[in-house]
Amino acid sequence: MIPSLFDYKRASSAAEAISLVTEYGEDAKFLAGGHSLLPLMKLRLAAPSVLVDIGRLKDLSYITDAGSYIAIGALTRHMDVETSPIVKQHVPLLACAAGHVGDPQVRHRGTIGGSIAHADSASDLPATTLALGATYVVQGASGTREIAATDFYKGFLESALQPDEMLTEIRVPKMNGAGWSFQKFNRRAQDWAIVGVAAWRGNGGSGVALVNMGSTPVLATDVATALASGASVADAAELAAAQADPQSDLNASAEYRVHLAKVLVRRALEEASK
Amino acid sequence: MKISVTVNGKTHESDVEPRTLLVQYVREDLGLTGTNIGCDTSSCGACSLHLDGEAVKSCTVLAVQADGSQVTTIEGLATNGKMHPMQDAFMQNHGLQCGFCTPGMVMAAISLLNENPDPTEDEVRIGLEGNLCRCTGYHNIVQSILACAKGGK
Repeated sequence: MIPSLFDYKRASSAAEAISLVTEYGEDAKFLAGGHSLLPLMKLRLAAPSVLVDIGRLKDLSYITDAGSYIAIGALTRHMDVETSPIVKQHVPLLACAAGHVGDPQVRHRGTIGGSIAHADSASDLPATTLALGATYVVQGASGTREIAATDFYKGFLESALQPDEMLTEIRVPKMNGAGWSFQKFNRRAQDWAIVGVAAWRGNGGSGVALVNMGSTPVLATDVATALASGASVADAAELAAAQADPQSDLNASAEYRVHLAKVLVRRALEEASK
Repeated sequence: MKISVTVNGKTHESDVEPRTLLVQYVREDLGLTGTNIGCDTSSCGACSLHLDGEAVKSCTVLAVQADGSQVTTIEGLATNGKMHPMQDAFMQNHGLQCGFCTPGMVMAAISLLNENPDPTEDEVRIGLEGNLCRCTGYHNIVQSILACAKGGK
């Protein structure tokens, strides 16, 4: 399967990339690792007329300790997030989730920024960074702004990114030793989650987010609120799907997904509470 | 678009359409048909080759993305007629049945050992999550990789 025709532009800086997408408008798409976009283009579900390749912007591939949070350049590959000593030490939930994306070959190419900008609710990293209270830094023709993960996901594959904006950095608050768990339920190891759960608990708080439980990743604040008011893990987990609106598909019915979400949230919280 | 890609040690200057997939480039433009196209949806791993030393699925990489890079395909592993130790391990341990997944398995396996030279059996199995064997012959594939690791490559 071959994508439909497009023009290929290779950007040598973030500013040039933004200027190129501004010039070509909504028909242009950024190409990072290509592991979300190219499969869609091969199936002709996406047919941008211009690809702006940002994959060579090595200055956007980094992981740094910024004090209260870890700053990750948008073009950092999943494999680099998964194996980073800094991420493993300060945000182990994110390192674990990055290691569950696709398979090693995919993780050699796919990037954290590409995955988040693609805003697929079935992907692991949007929900995980949402659970962790991350902030995304985006750069556009009119400057730089920060978007809280809670304000970023707007609909199926839709985000708060404007067409001329590029995600440049992901800021993930340090977990400071909080317990955590990543649960991914699927049929084959490399598949997307039928339902997934990213959860942490500790230091007087908790965060639970769901993968593939609706058109956007879902922050299950009802669960966190219940835990904060003293509910047991089992009782809090019953609220897992209260804010979700899952769809039925080839892999699972909506009802089964609701069941899975409750079971997986309970397991995740049990593991995170150890 | 003009690209320059070094494949199995030889640099090729080519003019490709931007939509040309890397797997299509190595198979059709360069005639290196050892890299197979299986699912064509980045699931099965049959098209795995090394891009700058790491296994990737070449059905999900554009040839233009490989511009300036080093590519190694299954044809590039043997040196002076002598098989790569991983190829040898697959032969000694009967790590293939129909052979369709084998080039991708071997390329993924070498990449796996580059990152983890002394893996456990579980780590080998997890490391192969991106490669499907339609004969379901995983047992001997895993044994081949473990044998290669023990042989010190």
